[in-house]
Amino acid sequence: MSFTPLSFINNTVSSIPPSGIRKFFDVASEMKDAISLGVGEPDFITPWHIRNEGIYSLEKGKTHYTSNSGLKELREAVASYLNRRFGLNYDGVSQVVITVGGSEAIDLFLRTVINPGDEVLIPEPSFVCYKPITRLAGGVPVTIKTKAENKFKLTPEELKKAITPKTKVLVLPYPSNPTGGIMEKEDLEALVPVIKEANIMVISDEIYGELTYGKKHVSIASFEGMAERTVLVSGFSKAFAMTGWRLGYACGHPDIIKAMTKVHQYAIMSAPTTAQYAAISALENGDGDIEYMCSEYDKRRKLIVGGFNKMGLECFEPEGAFYAFPCIKATGLSSEEFCEKLLFDKKVAVVPGNAFGESGEGFIRCSYAYSVENIKKALERIEDFLNANNLLK
Amino acid sequence: MEKQKLYEEIARTLHRNCRLSLEEIAAMYGESVASVAEAIDELEKDGTILGYGAIVNWDKIASSDRVTAYIELKVTPQRNQGFDRIAERIYQYPEVKALNLMSGSYDFGVTVEGDNLKNISLFVSQHLAPMEAVISTATHFVLKCYKADGTILAQPPADDRGIISL
Repeated sequence: MSFTPLSFINNTVSSIPPSGIRKFFDVASEMKDAISLGVGEPDFITPWHIRNEGIYSLEKGKTHYTSNSGLKELREAVASYLNRRFGLNYDGVSQVVITVGGSEAIDLFLRTVINPGDEVLIPEPSFVCYKPITRLAGGVPVTIKTKAENKFKLTPEELKKAITPKTKVLVLPYPSNPTGGIMEKEDLEALVPVIKEANIMVISDEIYGELTYGKKHVSIASFEGMAERTVLVSGFSKAFAMTGWRLGYACGHPDIIKAMTKVHQYAIMSAPTTAQYAAISALENGDGDIEYMCSEYDKRRKLIVGGFNKMGLECFEPEGAFYAFPCIKATGLSSEEFCEKLLFDKKVAVVPGNAFGESGEGFIRCSYAYSVENIKKALERIEDFLNANNLLK
Repeated sequence: MEKQKLYEEIARTLHRNCRLSLEEIAAMYGESVASVAEAIDELEKDGTILGYGAIVNWDKIASSDRVTAYIELKVTPQRNQGFDRIAERIYQYPEVKALNLMSGSYDFGVTVEGDNLKNISLFVSQHLAPMEAVISTATHFVLKCYKADGTILAQPPADDRGIISL
């Protein structure tokens, strides 16, 4: 009998559609001399004291597994850091699990709590992993289309409308990739009674929590009665420029964290040891690094947002992460058409907004995790592109 | 932004990249072009900004055969004028690229540049060492410069992130 690999693939995996803009990504990735505003990670290299701590750990022969939930010293450092920076109270021993990036924490949580048919609410536009992970966990993703006029915040009305008896979890992905939108204290406060009334859990993806401009990030877990029904997911990638180290964490009620650790233990064993030692230094000595990187991003943010508005691409002021999300509807092109044409005409790579959900249509995501020189060049070329094609006339 | 803070930020930004336009600096700090222009004007007038230059890796310039030396200088401070009078007499030489009064086992750290070793040796023996106040000199030649003014010369970091990721 002939072997047909495709017939062996799990039905859910088969049913997950390949990204519609894969083709565009492939073309962009091959275009070596393109100027890019397309990358979703910091341009900074991990600060030296953090790298050095990783190297020291190797020199000392720290090459074994750690405990499943991560080095106790690191978990306690996470708890103390979250308290110092965001006023949150977690017990490092029972309420923190160290994961392979924030992504694993999202996967762990959804696999831990979702039963077949449970609905997971996902505000869009947002990072692309929530829907497929929900499906793989047996759940049903329900998207909530947030609006540009609300700065892509989730409103209590939108949330209420999406809740059904099957709703189990709300994903709260703020500060947002791709929009740069944030949820302020009052915005979150308005959601709390709706969440409690519906008796659902929240997975709060706060990976960009350190990167806000002018306004301090607030976690929904800081509201009364919310810490127990929230799993806070974050990591080291964005705040400390540590994407390649693959290290994140989840914090929540001890019963939930214990169950998540059970899944983590079988799937992963433990997060990378070298990265865990380095991360301790990040948390204990890295506040200055965060402030430096944040102030650099802030200057570039103002430059890029000002640049887009000046050339006639309306861009609301992103207050978090490192993305601008200008509206390109006035050009009459779809997000994908705009991005493809821009790439071929001017060799500038940006990401079509619809890559992050239907409600991202009409927008493009432009990362400002690039040097000022790179941003300036890209802005010049985008303006040339608009003028040469009479796109805003 | 508070005036003092803005001035400091503009000085820092120009120190790192003096080719930014007024418009770009204004955009980066959310200030008007006029207020940035005024700030730079004042910083220049009061001597905070003394000039504009590029950070150059001289090893890349084939014709350049420059030699740099760091000289530790012990001196006797002069009555009523302390170290300043001696410093003035040292920094007037165009060969002297940097001069610092130091704590510790010597008094002045002098960075000197010359076309070759001989020129620097002559400069030390003919100009620095014979100065009345100078007690001793110790000359160290730079073999290789790895980092200058906060910029790594040997391995300029390359962006290896690829073109697109979500």
